[in-house]
Amino acid sequence: MTALATAPEKQAAPAQAGVNRRRYPARFVVLIVLLILLLIVVAPLLVVALNAVKSPSDYASNGPLSIPKSLHWDGIVDFWQRVDFSRKLLNSFITSAAVSVLAVILSVLNAYALGIGRVRGRVWFLVFFLVANLLPQEVLVYPLYYLSKSLHLYDSLLSIIIIFTVIQSAFGTYLLSSVYAEFPTELLDAAAVDGAGRFRTLWRVVVPVSKPTLAVLFTFFFIWTWNEFFLPLVFLVANAHQTVPVALGVLQGEKQMDATTTSASALIGILPAILFFLLFQRTLTRGITAGAIK
Amino acid sequence: MSRQGGRSSAGFGWYLVPGVLASLAVIVVPLVMTVGISFTRWSGVGDPVWVGFENYTRLVHDERFWASFGHILLLIIAMAVIPTLLGLLLAAVLFDYIAKIFGPRWASVFRSGFYLPQVLPVAVTGIVWGWILHPSYGALNRVLDSVGLSSLSRNWLGDPQYALSSVMAVMVWFQLGYPIVMFMSGLQRIDPELYEAADLDGAGWWQRFRHITVHLIKPEFYVVLVTTTIAALKIFGQIFVLTRGGPSNATLVPSYFAWQNFFQKAQVGYGSAISTVLTVLIVVLAFVFLRLQTRDERKGA
Repeated sequence: MTALATAPEKQAAPAQAGVNRRRYPARFVVLIVLLILLLIVVAPLLVVALNAVKSPSDYASNGPLSIPKSLHWDGIVDFWQRVDFSRKLLNSFITSAAVSVLAVILSVLNAYALGIGRVRGRVWFLVFFLVANLLPQEVLVYPLYYLSKSLHLYDSLLSIIIIFTVIQSAFGTYLLSSVYAEFPTELLDAAAVDGAGRFRTLWRVVVPVSKPTLAVLFTFFFIWTWNEFFLPLVFLVANAHQTVPVALGVLQGEKQMDATTTSASALIGILPAILFFLLFQRTLTRGITAGAIK
Repeated sequence: MSRQGGRSSAGFGWYLVPGVLASLAVIVVPLVMTVGISFTRWSGVGDPVWVGFENYTRLVHDERFWASFGHILLLIIAMAVIPTLLGLLLAAVLFDYIAKIFGPRWASVFRSGFYLPQVLPVAVTGIVWGWILHPSYGALNRVLDSVGLSSLSRNWLGDPQYALSSVMAVMVWFQLGYPIVMFMSGLQRIDPELYEAADLDGAGWWQRFRHITVHLIKPEFYVVLVTTTIAALKIFGQIFVLTRGGPSNATLVPSYFAWQNFFQKAQVGYGSAISTVLTVLIVVLAFVFLRLQTRDERKGA
């Protein structure tokens, strides 16, 4: 698990004299309690990994907690081929990548007008984007379903890309507008003195300066879209169009699955998420809190 | 401040056009349509028939509707109240006990570990727990059997008596990491001198926690409580994958109830009424929280 650790935080204070005074064994009790709690939290995932590579007969005779006698990849391979998992991965990747790029662009455009441009009625726009963030997708789903059918966009990745671009950018606009409201005025004035127009200022000054925030937004949009379930479930019906969560979620309960196949399917759903977690970890921890206090 | 003086906001309006058009198409129009449809009887084909408030009066008398909101109250305990309180305690322990005595690396490992369930797709979480809690081939019952506690094994998700509690337990597991991450970053704002002063005054860990940590972490506390409560109100994926609202509606929630009416029962008007009520509830709740927060901030200042 050490691989999951972030680099030590520089803000964390070094051990202080006041604390060092109290070096009694109680601290190990605290550590052990926390370790047990951590084990409970990660245990389900460990059990899944353990049984995903176990043969069904091994599971039947030795149960879920035994170490696999030999690495048995058939469960994963069979499941992968049965659901055409490569295709689902590709669908998820295309959707998430397209949404995160487009939603970041849309958020930047909105926030440029609201945060820096301070256009008239900006408060109302911000209230709108805030409320849009709160809306449950259930209240949008049926009209979207109906409209996309009449536009022949139903059951296509494009429909999901359009919808999530707008939904994610509502959050992005809200967050980025508050960041841009604090944008250093000197930079904007300098750009104006250089005779840069609105677009040039946006592209040459605002975007480069706010790149770290945009990276956080991009990461979040990617992972959120990857994990989305409700709307993709409704919109992507054909097998060839399904994303990873939809394919796995629909399969659950419909086909008779055994313990090892289920673990195998769970494991291949977990792995991409863990990969993103490791890749984006620092951005993520920075970003989770970015929305909280501007 | 100087921005208001020197530069005008002319020419910025154009940058809002794509966003406004897209929001109209994907959010405003569908929202208005759903509210409109909630006053009609409609199967999704043909023309909707205007029925006034019929769907809403039907809701009031539908015990499944009340049950679904009752379940949400319990899920708010599991998804908002418990994770927030437990998360606050854990974050404080990690931040000013583990990090100081064992080093910040340990604190980070714990934080990442607790956060792990949050990065998994909801549907995958459902598969993991659906298997572990499965009555015949699930890991939990197998483990209970093997240690001689088979009397404790249950049909965790299939028995109406236990299904909701099982879902609640899964949700605590799922949510716990978010408050921990939020609170730990909030704690970094707190001036270490405050803690040192408390230390010199001979305050114990618990006293510092109660008198300093809890007070200064209030902004994060509100944010976490609102976001997790709203997440509980919107819950769909876990229910779909774990129980599909069953057994015999024991885990029915509003969003799943609405989905059923939309796509299984072809009662689009009724489904729209359910979603409209849910939406109003969420928006009102968010604004009440916001008001409370600003009032609290003013009092503090």
